[in-house]
Amino acid sequence: MSNTPPDLLYSKTHEWVRPEGEEAVIGITFFAQEALGDVTYVEMPREGDALTAGGEFGSVESVKAASELVSPVSGTVVAANAELETAPETLNSSPYNEGWIVRVRLSAKPDGLMDAAAYEAHCAAEKH
Amino acid sequence: MPEVRTPLTGWHMAHGAKMAPFAGWLMPIQYEGIVLEHEHTRRRAGVFDICHMGEFLIGGPDADAALGRAVSHNLATLKPGGCRYGFLLNREGGVLDDCIVYRFGPGNFMIVVNAACAAGDFATLRERLPSSVSLTDVSAGTAKIDLQGPESLSVLERVIGQNFHDLPYFSFRRTSFCDGPLLVSRTGYTGELGYELYLPPEAAESLWTALQSDDRVKPAGLGARDTLRLEAGLPLYGHELDEMHTPAEAGFAALLTSGADYVGKAGAVNVRERLIALRLEGRRAARNGDVLALPDGVAVGRVTSGSFAPSLGCAVALAFVDAAHAGAEDFVLRAARNDLAAKRTSLPFYAEGTARVKLSCGSAVTAG
Repeated sequence: MSNTPPDLLYSKTHEWVRPEGEEAVIGITFFAQEALGDVTYVEMPREGDALTAGGEFGSVESVKAASELVSPVSGTVVAANAELETAPETLNSSPYNEGWIVRVRLSAKPDGLMDAAAYEAHCAAEKH
Repeated sequence: MPEVRTPLTGWHMAHGAKMAPFAGWLMPIQYEGIVLEHEHTRRRAGVFDICHMGEFLIGGPDADAALGRAVSHNLATLKPGGCRYGFLLNREGGVLDDCIVYRFGPGNFMIVVNAACAAGDFATLRERLPSSVSLTDVSAGTAKIDLQGPESLSVLERVIGQNFHDLPYFSFRRTSFCDGPLLVSRTGYTGELGYELYLPPEAAESLWTALQSDDRVKPAGLGARDTLRLEAGLPLYGHELDEMHTPAEAGFAALLTSGADYVGKAGAVNVRERLIALRLEGRRAARNGDVLALPDGVAVGRVTSGSFAPSLGCAVALAFVDAAHAGAEDFVLRAARNDLAAKRTSLPFYAEGTARVKLSCGSAVTAG
């Protein structure tokens, strides 16, 4: 399925991670944005905030639902996607690119995440 | 128990709708997206499968007087071809359901009720109406499709091949579609010019498909129906209306003009709490059940409906507040994750709706 880029890592709670050297970019997956529906608000951490793998780092609201964001990695926020403040629907239209949420300086190597194939199997199981 | 399907459920599933149970029915929540369907209905026209709602026929020589004692509607001033919004009340004046009464003629009515309340409404009405008055549940034999939006009139006229410019707000006409009966009612639940269409279930898919074939029309789900009605300030039973609140508390005291001695009349005007409209500062929404407080932290009420409002670009909410504090201007909503600041405003939230537009015969609609 083309909705799961092969070069990313994935968490069970439907966040993706793109490791880039010492840093990593985090967002939510196509599956997650589709389940939420039209995203109307994204609550994000600020630059300098510390994230812990498995810890909550924000939330996403849609017309019908709200969902916590769970950090797939540990590190310090170096940038948050300011565009989402005025255009949260970018999470729906471009979950893996323009809809990135935060960039983090990693304090530990990403651990316990899935590759694309494992994540797709996880989603397929969740649908049932 | 599996959910009941409408005559259009197959169409919805074949067209990729997200389906969910609603009041025991399997209903489409969205097709392309709630915001897109909402905006399309405000700008052009949306069609909604509303087959889950209940319809009863009421008839007999005593029906005028008997129905007038069973519901809050003023039937004395309701003419044939007209319909009216009102309430079925309990003895204390609490709302058992909100419903629209259609007058076909003397002693001859249709009443349209909420799906979740239909069985209880039927039992209540049967108990209140004498045996000389017939009460027939025709829900299973009645499909309902809502066509709503500034372009709905022009779409309807093209599909049915008749002029509907002469149909005023809250009036209806019985005509035909595909050799079967069709009732066209100029009513709706979106705040836009629109029509509620009643017909036999066998003909529902033909009408639905004929409406869809018009480029100006998109299907819209219950998700958009909810954001549209909230922006228009229209109540949803189970949220703004319930047995614990009177019509006056929900803001409908002015509708209570019936001279009949109907059940719940004395209590209907009692006010302990008031429904208020709130505009939030940002896009974050409060939800049904969130506590409403004054800025000093004192809890004074509860949110009944809350959502991001696509046509306004901010979140809005309706809430019941202790009547003593209904005059306050500033409130705090204790949402799941944060306190959200809100200011009192007036209804409708979205004031540019075309629902009440006056149509002159033959003229084009230029509203919206």
